[in-house]
Amino acid sequence: MAKRVTIFAGHYGSGKTNIAVNYALALKKERSSVKIADLDIVNPYFRTKDSAKELEAAGIPLISPAFANSNVDLPALPQELYSLVQRRDCYAVLDVGGDDRGAYALGRYTPYILEENDYEMIFVANFYRPLTQTPQDALEVMREIEIAGGIPFSAIVNNSNLGGLTTLADIEATAQKAQELSRLSGLPVLFTSARADLCPREGGYFPLNLQEKYYDIKEN
Amino acid sequence: MGEKVLMKGNEAIAEAAIRAGCRHYFGYPITPQTELAAYMAKRMPKIGGVFLQAESEVAAINMVYGVAGTGKRVMTSSSSPGVSLKQEGISYIAGADLPALIINVQRGGPGLGGIQPSQSDYFQATKGGGHGDYRLIVLAPSSVQEMADLTAKAFDLSEKYLVPAMLLADGTMGQMMEPVDLSGISEPEKAEKPWAVTGTQCKRKHNIINSLYLVPEQLEQKNFERYERYKVIEENECLYESFMMDDADICVVAFGIAARVSKNAVVAARKEGIKVGLIRPITLWPFPKAPLAQAADKVKGFISVELSMGQMIEDVRLATECKKPVVLCNRTGGMIPTPEQVLESIRNMAKEGK
Repeated sequence: MAKRVTIFAGHYGSGKTNIAVNYALALKKERSSVKIADLDIVNPYFRTKDSAKELEAAGIPLISPAFANSNVDLPALPQELYSLVQRRDCYAVLDVGGDDRGAYALGRYTPYILEENDYEMIFVANFYRPLTQTPQDALEVMREIEIAGGIPFSAIVNNSNLGGLTTLADIEATAQKAQELSRLSGLPVLFTSARADLCPREGGYFPLNLQEKYYDIKEN
Repeated sequence: MGEKVLMKGNEAIAEAAIRAGCRHYFGYPITPQTELAAYMAKRMPKIGGVFLQAESEVAAINMVYGVAGTGKRVMTSSSSPGVSLKQEGISYIAGADLPALIINVQRGGPGLGGIQPSQSDYFQATKGGGHGDYRLIVLAPSSVQEMADLTAKAFDLSEKYLVPAMLLADGTMGQMMEPVDLSGISEPEKAEKPWAVTGTQCKRKHNIINSLYLVPEQLEQKNFERYERYKVIEENECLYESFMMDDADICVVAFGIAARVSKNAVVAARKEGIKVGLIRPITLWPFPKAPLAQAADKVKGFISVELSMGQMIEDVRLATECKKPVVLCNRTGGMIPTPEQVLESIRNMAKEGK
């Protein structure tokens, strides 16, 4: 059962935006009103707005900073964002910026989210990323984000990958680390996500259709 | 193959520097290299290193100058406008014959420019961005793995020749993520640094770090000595990649992200039956003149692919002594040439003189 507010946070570059977009698209198949918000005030590149067309086609309104993808490095969030946590008339997916620095922006909405108490706060883990290679390091990042955002995590998503060169074996090799992080934090692993073409039928994988930017043609 | 990690280019530089023994980092944030400073801020305190966000780029480079004088591995990083600010300090470090590493993750210019990738600091890096007769050893990575490997290499070269080194990357290289293997990077063996200011303990004469020589004969002598060292570097340290050049009629020259784009265009052109190859300078100074001079006797022309209004093209013309035409294929201001654009340029040259 999906919570009304789903928040994706985690280490910088762990794949939060890709998962948030895919999650919103999947949720929209079950719920009539789904909105997605880009809360990233840290990185001017690789934004939710890169998926604007897909979201629009699916009927998912995107709330993002006015300057997202404009190359203007201005970290301002639109007031419209408050409607997601105050009006409670839609399913909301929040894509938070990386690390504790990114999660600071979440803090101003936290009181409303906690008051309503119908949320899932998901930690996106990629055990191939440099500062979260061990469950212990990932836990440390989790704690930093919780302090910055003022809201505790409630679940984990294992999004371990090596970019375009990922194999299914690479993903499977991280299952133990995800379980260990689950044990250390006391939180469930909600699902393991993987690029759609890598997902096996069995195992409850969450398939991702990626928003990738290739600067070179793939060599055949 | 050791451990695989998915890293941004900026992070790969930072982690490689740490593994190569760098424990002193001074910087100031600027897009698109900020992840490098952020990574250092997280890691350095945990390993007993120093991370300091200075009040400005000018302050940061002078902190680098200070630590370099003590013989410790030290680096700073910035992006184009910030590297302009560092030029005075870089000239001083060169004038004092000290090793140090400066990272430039280039963005579009001039002025504040933009935050998208560029290669338009080529002149600044290779021709002396600051004042006086000096050179930097300039390395140009073309993958996240090379961001790491060439960072370690740059430290080694800089210390070997007592010449400051620069890693000239660009916004794409800094932001893109690729799997890297850092297991091959380790700290160098302890080397004697008799020039370093580490305290005499009353056992030797003072070492003096200085770039001020008021007697012109002495300053000239210093410059002569330095250029003798530069000559040795030019003879021994040129690095380049040669791709499909054996039977090539056309030679594409490109570095960094432009080389990756070009490589795809070369492969596509080969499928159309065009005999084309690529020479990718890895050291921009010393510039790989020899392979280009050799190619000039065999090919009908050169295509210099750059994210600038044409800067490296001058070195291609000098290296080939203008024996064959050299044309420019470029984008600027933060735009990147597409493989199709490069392919079109190759086709055009192939058609000429048929």
